[in-house]
Amino acid sequence: MLIKCPHCGTRPVEEFTFNGDASIQRPTSNDPATMDQWFDYVYLRDNPKGRFDEYAHHSSGCRAWLVVTRDTQTHEIFNVVTARDYAKKRVAS
Amino acid sequence: MTGFRLDKGGLIDRKAPLYFTFDGRAFTGFAGDTLASALISNDVHLMGRSFKYHRPRGVISAGSSEPNALVELREGARKEANTRATMIELHDGLVAKSQNHWPSLEFDIGALNSLASAMFVAGFYYKTFMWPKSFWEKIYEPIIRKAAGLGNASKEADPDKYEKAYAHCDLLVVGSGPAGLIAALMAARSGARIILADESSTLGGSLLNENEEIGGMSGHAWAIGVIGELGSKSNVTLMPRTTIFGWYDDNIFGAVERVNDHVLEPSPYEPRQRYWRIMAKRAVMATGAEERPIVFGGNDVPGVMTAGALRTYANRYAAAAGKSVVVFTNNNSGYRTARDMNAHGVHVEVIIDSRKEPNVDAGGVPVIRGGAIVNVRGGKRVSGVELADHRMIPCDAVAMSGGWSPIVNLMCHRGAKPKWDERIAGFVPPDVGDRFVAAGSAAGRMLLSECLADGARAGTLKGKTPAIPKCRDEAFAVTPLWWVKESTGKAFVDYQNDSTAKDLPLAAQEGYRDIELAKRYTTAGMATDQGKLGNVNAIAILAEATGRTMDQVGTTTFRPYYTPVSFGAIAGPFVGHHFQPVRKTPLHDWADELGAVFVETGLWMRSSWFPQAGEDWLASASREVLATRERVGLCDVSTLGKIDVQGKDAAEFLNRLYCNTFSTLDVGKARYGLMLREDGIVFDDGTTSRLAADHFLMTTTTANAARVMSHMEFCHQAHWPELDVQYVSVTEQWAQMAIAGPKARATLQKIVDKVTLDDTGFPYLAAKEISILGGMTARLFRISFSGEHAYELAVPADYGNLVARSIMQAGEEFGITPYGIEALSIMRIEKGHVAGGELNGTTTAGDLGLGKMMSSKKDYIGRMMAAREGLTDKNRQCVVGIRPFDAADKIRAGSHILKKEDAPSMAADQGYISSVAWSPMLNMWLGLALLSNGRERHGEVVKIFDGVRKIHMFGVICDPMQYDRENKKLHA
Repeated sequence: MLIKCPHCGTRPVEEFTFNGDASIQRPTSNDPATMDQWFDYVYLRDNPKGRFDEYAHHSSGCRAWLVVTRDTQTHEIFNVVTARDYAKKRVAS
Repeated sequence: MTGFRLDKGGLIDRKAPLYFTFDGRAFTGFAGDTLASALISNDVHLMGRSFKYHRPRGVISAGSSEPNALVELREGARKEANTRATMIELHDGLVAKSQNHWPSLEFDIGALNSLASAMFVAGFYYKTFMWPKSFWEKIYEPIIRKAAGLGNASKEADPDKYEKAYAHCDLLVVGSGPAGLIAALMAARSGARIILADESSTLGGSLLNENEEIGGMSGHAWAIGVIGELGSKSNVTLMPRTTIFGWYDDNIFGAVERVNDHVLEPSPYEPRQRYWRIMAKRAVMATGAEERPIVFGGNDVPGVMTAGALRTYANRYAAAAGKSVVVFTNNNSGYRTARDMNAHGVHVEVIIDSRKEPNVDAGGVPVIRGGAIVNVRGGKRVSGVELADHRMIPCDAVAMSGGWSPIVNLMCHRGAKPKWDERIAGFVPPDVGDRFVAAGSAAGRMLLSECLADGARAGTLKGKTPAIPKCRDEAFAVTPLWWVKESTGKAFVDYQNDSTAKDLPLAAQEGYRDIELAKRYTTAGMATDQGKLGNVNAIAILAEATGRTMDQVGTTTFRPYYTPVSFGAIAGPFVGHHFQPVRKTPLHDWADELGAVFVETGLWMRSSWFPQAGEDWLASASREVLATRERVGLCDVSTLGKIDVQGKDAAEFLNRLYCNTFSTLDVGKARYGLMLREDGIVFDDGTTSRLAADHFLMTTTTANAARVMSHMEFCHQAHWPELDVQYVSVTEQWAQMAIAGPKARATLQKIVDKVTLDDTGFPYLAAKEISILGGMTARLFRISFSGEHAYELAVPADYGNLVARSIMQAGEEFGITPYGIEALSIMRIEKGHVAGGELNGTTTAGDLGLGKMMSSKKDYIGRMMAAREGLTDKNRQCVVGIRPFDAADKIRAGSHILKKEDAPSMAADQGYISSVAWSPMLNMWLGLALLSNGRERHGEVVKIFDGVRKIHMFGVICDPMQYDRENKKLHA
């Protein structure tokens, strides 16, 4: 598999390390009443068939964390953005 | 014809005789021969014994699908088992041996299995060797293991080199038959970058084997012309002897190039094989089609082979597989063999066509219509065939053709399934999009003109497809005949694993109707050839037995590798010393000079102890501890992770990463920090210093340095991109050493510039950039892991050895001693400092006695989850000190702790010992342990149980800090 890093261009998958679903967001509250949200965030993961936003660390490259949007069935990659831009866009929307 | 070598024709060089041995006998062949063709030309057909029944076996095919003729090639360290005689290029001095027999190929005791074959049906092993249970390990398994396997691997190290290589191209063409050649030619003429790969030693594919006519010349001559044009172009890379073994995501292909398998010994500057990764914008699968055997009695007797193989040996290698041939076919292509052999002057006795009304030119050979072979006579060589109507026909070779299977493997490697095509009675490749297309007979095109047109289309990357040369076509028709049920002899489906036709209905009867289950139950398709010849026959027989269609049964899963790939090629150059890098610290040479013994921790080589004459590790480490605690010691701590953190929000960033607070840390001071994982468990610890308001230097444990860096990058970029902070690993930029002991201050004072190392100028936890040795930049931290009055000094890495030697010189008058990580570990256990044994991925800050560090005034990674009931339970195992009750006893890490009256059981388990050390200060073994509700149990006498060594003893629980409990020495 090849991943087009926004900084380094098209690179082989071995240069990347993965860290699961990027669509879930870390809760911000420390109120004990939010424990369920935290539990979901830390432990619960969907296993979708199809389009999936996934964290990928270009650990043997520029060291940027990326969000790779990929079809989990065909491995077709639709989009790659930096995790930074992904997070900022999420805050904006 | 001289013997079995035809007098003329073939692509062999009769002026270049080659000498080789097979099973110790000397033979002669010619350049251009394979081992198989050379043996056939010498009338050697018996080439191996089968796996289960040890039946005599000869060559079946003329290519990479060969299941039978597997030999041990070469000798000594270069010996390679299970190589296919059909793919071995003959060379001078070649040595090969047959496999799987004892005492000899001609007479094999194992063949007795064949007499008991009624027993050895599918599932025999599963059913028989189950009971009694106690027999399995001692009796059944050793016997089965001895009988299993084919060739023997060399036990010596491979002396040859292997390489990895990478290539990019606009078009990869897999296979160099008519479709592949014309596809490559069309694409090459457009200027695209082309790679043309073929597993054979010579490009040309089927054009080397068949009598074809293209553009008014022989197919072979046409191929030479095309290959010549391709070879002259700089945008074309020709790769013969290269098997494309797999298709992966993003049109990446794996390949193995056999650079030097065809010579006795590779030249010292060349690899034996190259392992390629080819990134192709587009690719054409022109892999051709495989001829299927027919399943009939005795279809494995040496001398029975596919019709295509028989004529390939004659046409390409001028080797006659017999002097009197019978053809058995269910399609038109068998007639080709009859005509070609006739043309070579080899007698063809008869064509047995299973079809009632075939209409094909038999070239004057008599045809039996609607006939079938029920048994082949002969043991080690065909002597005749018996027909269903009881006729007996003498012959010494049988050419069989059960139809053609497109070689679809590559296109199915990513999960797509092939589809059954009634017209050609074969599975055709799935549509996998326009980046990888099939062409020619691989796509199910059975006419030469179709193959050329198909290839030209696939190779035209832009514009209109040019016209193709004229050629002579031969009509193709097939009526499936899978299994001659009237067979009287054993009828094989999978030759290499000895699966017979009867095994499949049996599998279905026992419930293994799914093809994937039937495959595993009968082992059909599970041998080193992965069922290239037998799988479709197996599917058809299973379909018939279960009343399903071919599509309903479907194929098994196609996976890389297409043909076996050696471990050497996969490992490439990364063997021995090159397997992984070695990380040496900047103080490595200094430690080496002093006789340090190094220990691998991850990739690092760390100085473990510094033995003097006659000392073992414990004596050395004990002496180092005593010297440090009494005088002064120097230890290399460069492997600790060091991360430089800068920026306006650096303090805020650290506040969120650590469970304790760093924004309140004064400039010029260090603080111990504890990081949690988001689930509340401790992740890492270390000392972090504030060098300026917006500049911190973080240290991590050696083991977690890379993980902490990735974690910081993740937290910053994914969670808090708004933070203005930068950080970089400086682990390798700084040499760092600990100087510990009562004379540490006096020693260091001699090398620092200007600074006075007293408690006002440089108090406990001071951390400052200073200069030493008259102007060298350094960083000095007054921190201690040993519990002594201690410092850590960091200097630019290149100065590490120099500075370490200078400190040794400065400390000489005080009796300075180098100490390694063994002594370091003893001292930390004496002081109750936690390390890897306790920071083990299961402990919380509270468990480690560090619960008070967890701030309640800020959010940080792990805060919420650490507050969960289960992580704050008072009965959790927490860190305690432990000593043997009898000071002479030795306690061991890993031992479990029980109440003193309890017998060992899971239910009675109270915890375990996580670290131990011999304490030279207290003259006894000490440990740290994780004990349920441990903080409340100091003073309790417990039972220590070492389940591995079956040792029971008593111990006493105590505070983790067992030496200098008032920290007098630390603050001295």
